[in-house]
Amino acid sequence: MPKINIVIDGHSLQAEEGTYILQAAKEVGIEIPTLCYYPHMVPYAACRICAVEARNERGWTKVVTACNYPVWEGLHVHTNTPRVLNARRMNLELLLSQSKPVPVLQKLADDLGITEPRWGYGTDTCIKCGLCVRICDEVVGAHALAFGNRGVDREITTPFHLESEDCILCGACARYCPTGHIKMTDIEGRILHSELLLGPNAAITIPFRQAVPNVPRIHTNQCIHMKTGGCMLCAKVCPKECIHFDDQDEFEEFDVGAVIVATGFQDFDPTPMLQFGYGKYPNVISAIEFEQMNSAGSPTGGKIVMENGKEPRSIAILHCIGSRDQNYHKYCSRVCCMYALKFAHLVTEKTSAEIYQLYIDMRSFGKGYEEFYQRILDEGVHVIRGKGAEVVPTKHKRADEGDLLVRCEDTLISKFREIPVDMVILCTALEARKDASDIARKLNISMGADGWFIEAHPKLAPVSTTTDGVFLAGVCQGAKDIPDTVAQAGAAAAQAMKLMSKGEIMMDAAYAVIREEFCSGCKICNDLCPYTAISYDELKKISTVNSALCKACGTCVAACPSGAIVARHFTDEQIYAQIEGILA
Amino acid sequence: MTKPKLAVYWAASCGGCDIAILDIEDKILDVANFFDLAFWPCIADFKYADVEAMPDKSITLTLFNGAIRSDENFHIAKLLRQKSVVLCAFGSCASDGCIPGLANFYDKQSIMEYAYIKSPSTDNPNGVMPQPKTKVPEGEITIPYLWNTVRTLPQVVDVDYIIPGCPPQSNQIAAVVEAVIDILSNSKPLPPKGTVLGATDKSCCDECKRERNIKKITKFVRPFEIIPDPNLCLMEQGMVCLGPATRSGCGAKCVSANVPCRGCYGKPINIHDQGAKMVSALASVIDSTDPEEIEQIIGQIVDPAGTFYRFSLPDSILRRAQV
Repeated sequence: MPKINIVIDGHSLQAEEGTYILQAAKEVGIEIPTLCYYPHMVPYAACRICAVEARNERGWTKVVTACNYPVWEGLHVHTNTPRVLNARRMNLELLLSQSKPVPVLQKLADDLGITEPRWGYGTDTCIKCGLCVRICDEVVGAHALAFGNRGVDREITTPFHLESEDCILCGACARYCPTGHIKMTDIEGRILHSELLLGPNAAITIPFRQAVPNVPRIHTNQCIHMKTGGCMLCAKVCPKECIHFDDQDEFEEFDVGAVIVATGFQDFDPTPMLQFGYGKYPNVISAIEFEQMNSAGSPTGGKIVMENGKEPRSIAILHCIGSRDQNYHKYCSRVCCMYALKFAHLVTEKTSAEIYQLYIDMRSFGKGYEEFYQRILDEGVHVIRGKGAEVVPTKHKRADEGDLLVRCEDTLISKFREIPVDMVILCTALEARKDASDIARKLNISMGADGWFIEAHPKLAPVSTTTDGVFLAGVCQGAKDIPDTVAQAGAAAAQAMKLMSKGEIMMDAAYAVIREEFCSGCKICNDLCPYTAISYDELKKISTVNSALCKACGTCVAACPSGAIVARHFTDEQIYAQIEGILA
Repeated sequence: MTKPKLAVYWAASCGGCDIAILDIEDKILDVANFFDLAFWPCIADFKYADVEAMPDKSITLTLFNGAIRSDENFHIAKLLRQKSVVLCAFGSCASDGCIPGLANFYDKQSIMEYAYIKSPSTDNPNGVMPQPKTKVPEGEITIPYLWNTVRTLPQVVDVDYIIPGCPPQSNQIAAVVEAVIDILSNSKPLPPKGTVLGATDKSCCDECKRERNIKKITKFVRPFEIIPDPNLCLMEQGMVCLGPATRSGCGAKCVSANVPCRGCYGKPINIHDQGAKMVSALASVIDSTDPEEIEQIIGQIVDPAGTFYRFSLPDSILRRAQV
């Protein structure tokens, strides 16, 4: 690309052919004010605030718009001459004659020294710069906005003034409107609960700061490109060309010697428990949301704040939400008491809020846990024995009281209590992942009624499963805290290594064999094996048994209509001989 | 040089096996050239006395078709065993019992009553029943005594080889005939005793060209109830196809014509009871865990005993129903 020599305000520089004055000026650090400019689109020169003076060596001079005036050899640009400022002032006064002094225009007016515009102020907030129309058209590709009418009647509108079906609600128009004329309104008036996200997010984000791999991810259902095929701004700005919109999820197959199932849990969703108002009152949050807010990487920077950004004056922490509850999960989630105490400690460290713990039983069973509980009591946390019954808005409150009223029965003093607080944290149950049964089926391990995987023996084989080579670690086997999980994971790893380190495994001599010469590949046995040991050999057109997986249960042997499958050590001949022996 | 002698006999059978032998087309001329016909009641008039007069082991090959269900069948079976070097159980009746063997679901009494009195087409107002011995002016005449239970040929005499099928397929018969002529004229060793000729070790599925998938049966249908997909396994379409529990050798003729295998080629070499094995296999692939639904699905199989044991009741572990 040939270089072109130009001079801007006395700075000589080389610009690439085809660049506009605005871009070249930015490179040498000269700011030119703009309203309708957006880097990733064709410049439109509608607002004309970016006026500059172009001059050649022979003294020819002209006021041009910097955003769309291409550079040429020997061009001299002046951005600050009286003529330029006059032009800008005039253009801004003309804009103001239509528009209210919205902040962006007011600031420009102050910069240009306009105290009283010659033609007064208008009543609109739209300056017809067209940035929204062009973004919707060029970047988003939704084509949901357009100019309507001509001359003084010109306006920004949707086609036929109707609610546009082409709008994808991306919000780009509202985000880039320089005057704030366009606003997003929620037509249905729903409360959008944050779904574990405490702040707005782009469609391309790094999931969280310690994410592995620490790379951004495109949320395909929010990405504009996925909806309209347009935009691709992230790809345009990425210097390493890392963005691939076509990337698809891939399935990879690995040969492994052992499998450790550590699929964890999912957080109980307290929305159905209407009495706690989760999803209804913004300051009722779940424990994991509190943890996210409290983390230094959170949108609040680790500050504990309410939805309105203010620090809460009082917080109620409700234990056993969804656990130890006949209607939801009967089991104890085992971690909540201790993290609830930890929350209390964190809150007292960071704020001066009053803290109320509402518990059924304080289960501080682990090493050092009881001592921590004592410490929390000493820190002045109010600990109330009684499960939180409901959370309602406070009526007739005093100014220093919270908006939310937590009702409970304090069983130690046998009194019904109502506690006004600013924020409620729900200690939600750990529950089995909803896809746990898929994993159980895939790995052929058993699953209890509450969804946790079942170990081979609760005392003697706590990390093994009924399938050899498959081990359990962590909460997928049952609710447990981090020390227990780490201990179990260590045991599972040791079991897996014990299995693999020999390089060979001991097998039971009894297993099923499909004799090739008798199998016709009818596939009757294919889906029967509870240990998924049977597969179909497409090449030979027969079924085969993986003897390492076979447990010699005999299901396939009984089913094989051709007598092609034999259970070693339990052949028909042997069984007949035994019967004859008994009858002899 | 005297030609080797061939005998073909029909016991309790429909005659289809004899026709199947004639159906080997021009190969029948080789048979006629190579063998001396010692005994073949279907095509020529031979007397039992002629056979009785023959020296022992004077018949080289006997193809014995038909089940054993009367004194006469039994007598000739013993006689032919005595006179033959090689005795073949030819066809499903001789080897497995076949259709005549379905009589084992009843007893002799009820069969006789039905055949001579109760059946809608019988006109027998006096209730005359056949008697083993009848006195007539010329003297006493006898008819063979009918057994209560139908037996297979191997159950009554020592059998050298089995040629299965109802009837055995003509191409398989032709191949056997060719092999026999080859063995006899070139003095080759005979195959080991008990060998099944004209069939293979695999099941009928081996010869079936239909696409097979994992089986999940939710409904059983009879052939007239659906128009089957010509390319998909009939069992997956809900038909009771005995193919997987039936010896291959027929060329999967029925299934190629959209008719489920009925099992005429008998049980494959490794199983002991064709019907029981098929029941076991089907029970394994019924796609339900609800006992009532399973009951309802199984209920859709009409005449399960006759379906699963159509060709093999006398040869099965059951042998007969206890009446």
